[in-house]
Amino acid sequence: MTDKKIRVLVAKPGLDGHDRGAKVVARALRDAGMEVIYTGLRQTPEMIAEAALQEDVDVVGLSILSGAHMALAPRILELLKANGQQDVKVFIGGIVPDEDTPRLKEMGITGIYGPGASTEDIVRDIREAIK
Amino acid sequence: MTLTESALAGNRLSISRLLTQVENDSPEGRLALMELFPHTGKAHLIGVTGAPGTGKSSLVNQLTLHYRKQQNKRVAIIAVDPSSPFTGGAVLGDRVRMRDLSGDEGVFIRSMASRGSVGGLAQTTASFTQVFDAAGFDIIIIETVGAGQSEVDIARLAHTTIVVEAPGLGDDIQAIKAGILEIADILVVNKADRPGVENTERALRTTLELAHPTKRIFRHHGQTIAIDAPEVDSKIWIPPIHKTISTDGTGIAELAESIEKHKAHLHQSGDWAHRDRARLGSELEAVLQEELLNRFFDGIQKEKYNAIIESVLQRNISPYEAVILLLNGSSKQEKL
Repeated sequence: MTDKKIRVLVAKPGLDGHDRGAKVVARALRDAGMEVIYTGLRQTPEMIAEAALQEDVDVVGLSILSGAHMALAPRILELLKANGQQDVKVFIGGIVPDEDTPRLKEMGITGIYGPGASTEDIVRDIREAIK
Repeated sequence: MTLTESALAGNRLSISRLLTQVENDSPEGRLALMELFPHTGKAHLIGVTGAPGTGKSSLVNQLTLHYRKQQNKRVAIIAVDPSSPFTGGAVLGDRVRMRDLSGDEGVFIRSMASRGSVGGLAQTTASFTQVFDAAGFDIIIIETVGAGQSEVDIARLAHTTIVVEAPGLGDDIQAIKAGILEIADILVVNKADRPGVENTERALRTTLELAHPTKRIFRHHGQTIAIDAPEVDSKIWIPPIHKTISTDGTGIAELAESIEKHKAHLHQSGDWAHRDRARLGSELEAVLQEELLNRFFDGIQKEKYNAIIESVLQRNISPYEAVILLLNGSSKQEKL
């Protein structure tokens, strides 16, 4: 009877320990009526792909502040695909230099958000992406 | 191969997609449940409940590690967290405590939002257990939302219910004991490295001693056997109390042993079949209720329904009369 809920995995790959941004986003998505699976800090790409599989999410949101996005993002996309979840939309929030944006989008990252991005934009883009 | 066949064969993506279908109560999900049902009835369902912050998720993590390492059993975990009553959204955070389990093909963790249910589980949690059961998981651990007093649905669903307490809740113990302690097959005082653990344990033991006689009479369906009758004694399960530290695994082996003993007790006493019957009975009732309600709404004109709600709002008729009117098409008020 209800609409299908949007399920989002919010994960922090890599070694930096700052998860405030991820929590702010998780909370905003919750308030937008989405179901957010929060996995916590220091996740490997394998852990993230496994969680995405078990939770059958529509969206994976990665918080990366360490600068390792060019290594982590393709690996996660690859694993999702290997698991048969190529339809899952992947978003990145954190510190990503502008010059990396085109290459990440080319790889298949749906959206990239830096400091000052509004949570409303993120919510809107997620809804748009999984229509 | 259909999704159901593939899930039965253990394909993880298929299991996951099937769970989504079931959770959204789609026609495909219902069909799958019908196909899967004959394959169910093998798994041991273990419920883990307790107040928020008592360490349920960490305990589930340790218990699962134990089952994987010591007994090589396949374990599915259903972790329920609350949905917002306002937006319907949820943050499901139980996986944070279960990172030790990642990378193990013998474990499947699925988070679940309660989606408006108030009994500590979601409406489709029971169906989830059927999917995992059919897919060949030996043990299914169901972690409820952080529970207060009346989130006791888990006792109907699980074969073995573990209630987790932690020291330092102090007077809260007093408040909790009326509701949730009654459903415990096994009690755990977690965070046993914290001060006050003896007090908590003592409080629980005292409560159990008080509650125990009532339970006897309840269990044996009104056969008011004398409380000290010996043949009854042997059939009674007295909930053991375990002290655990789920950050390092202390006490987990003993807890697992108690769970095994409880399972044996259930089989021996006939309670296993008893609980199965109660569980499937209440599930049938819930499905029936929903179906009847759906049929009712399919068969009624929206205008008529709205008009009756309006009459109730105006205080012209009471909700009771409204129901008579809706079901019979007439009531004493109709002539007015």
